[in-house]
Amino acid sequence: MKSFFRMTYPYILWIGIFIVAPMLMILLYAVTRSGNSTLTFQFTLDNFAKFFSDPDFMKVLWTSLRIAFITTVFCILIGYPAALFIANLSERTQTLMVLLLTLPMWINMLLKTYAWRGILMNFDMESEVKVFIGMVYDFLPYMIIQIHTAIAKLDRELLTASYDLGANKWQSFLKVTLPLSVPGIISGITLVFLPAVSSFVIPKLLGGGNYVLIGNLIEKYFLVAGDWNFGSAISLIMALIIIGSMWLTKKIDRNAEEE
Amino acid sequence: MEKKKSFWNFFTSGYLILVLLFIYLPILYVMVFSFNDSKSMTSFEGFSLQWYENMFNNREMLESIKTTVLVAVIATVVSTVMGTVAAIGLSKAKRIVRSIVLEINNLPVLNPDIVTAISLMLLFLSLKIRRSLVTLTLSHITFCIPYVILTVLPKLRQLDDNVAEAALDLGATPWKALTKVIIPQIYPAIFSGALIAFSMSFDDFVISFFTSGVDVQNISMYVYSMKRFNPSVNALSTLIVIVVTVILIMANLIPYLKDKKTNKGEQET
Repeated sequence: MKSFFRMTYPYILWIGIFIVAPMLMILLYAVTRSGNSTLTFQFTLDNFAKFFSDPDFMKVLWTSLRIAFITTVFCILIGYPAALFIANLSERTQTLMVLLLTLPMWINMLLKTYAWRGILMNFDMESEVKVFIGMVYDFLPYMIIQIHTAIAKLDRELLTASYDLGANKWQSFLKVTLPLSVPGIISGITLVFLPAVSSFVIPKLLGGGNYVLIGNLIEKYFLVAGDWNFGSAISLIMALIIIGSMWLTKKIDRNAEEE
Repeated sequence: MEKKKSFWNFFTSGYLILVLLFIYLPILYVMVFSFNDSKSMTSFEGFSLQWYENMFNNREMLESIKTTVLVAVIATVVSTVMGTVAAIGLSKAKRIVRSIVLEINNLPVLNPDIVTAISLMLLFLSLKIRRSLVTLTLSHITFCIPYVILTVLPKLRQLDDNVAEAALDLGATPWKALTKVIIPQIYPAIFSGALIAFSMSFDDFVISFFTSGVDVQNISMYVYSMKRFNPSVNALSTLIVIVVTVILIMANLIPYLKDKKTNKGEQET
């Protein structure tokens, strides 16, 4: 069976060059001063200090988190009933609904956002509302599918038992279905909140350039200002926030399951 | 009671129809307006095919479609082959090696796209590699492989190890055991891995934006960089929607038809 392991060598080489080395480069740039030559590096934490001490940058971080948070809340509020109603349909209709929900996911996000730009031209509304419509639109199917998977897995007997014990529909929902669908909500959140924090295309296309989110900031420091060190530091901060919160949600999820 | 129930059914199906309408609204909208006789995106002024004609005369747009398809095809083929091979190797690897490789493999999946994009751009810049179609393709292969591995590996781990062992004991070469025993069993997973890889590559904007050269752009970059509203994009979107729908229907239908056929075959014998 050892000969099989050799099959991973090309891939290990590939991830070494294209995943590990590039991530190390971000780290290296983030903790050094600009003007590095190939061999001399000047270690510094100034890039991080600059980010966290400047109220403008903090505002950008706050806006990114706020927009992602509101998007997630709307996705849950709209998505949960949808997932619940889908789970009550016949098996066949459920498959069809899931297929109908997945289909638009395969279509280029830029093109869909561009279409929204056309639709929203008909309405006079605040650009922030437009951004939310675009964001909720983009992420809603992920939320519905995650919650639906959790509800569909539920043991129907539990509900029957709950009715037999005298609970009405509403009580059974609150005491049985809702708590048992929490893992679905959590995985929905990881699929919505985390990518939403870093999104920068939708705010730019629908917000009409009024929005500087953390993604736009990174873009600016790399492509306009040419300050790779500071840009790397912001990227690293964002990666840490996202991977950290993912780790945390996983941990909470596991603890909840154990209980 | 009966009345209450039918009202509830009416309410739930109404809600689901509204959600579907919301999800399909932009798609239907571009389809309708791709046939609009005027440049307007707000009022429909008669049927015409001018935007389709425009699209086929727009060299920049055609070039971006060509780039997108070319990169997606190469990235899909390379990442499917490399990813499947790596997944088979990993399924037989020691637990510790497997989990380390998988942690690294997960990085591009968990990381925000923009971080992956920046990291690859830094790599190319500091190695003084000019960003071009080649760096674009290399980057796409890099973010596609993890998805192939994540699709294929769980299927491999469900397989009965003994079958491959038996093939080896019966004198099959490892190559034969691989192609005649293992791969046929995981074929559906490889296929869905390839489908995911293709769609990831086809739709990517952020990573392409940072890793491709100034003179190379895919569809997403073209749309992003457009200065003025161009209704030809509606025509392009409509064509893409049709192609995606056909591919997805086929992908869902072929296994179903195959099942039916084999069931029939089994019944006859």
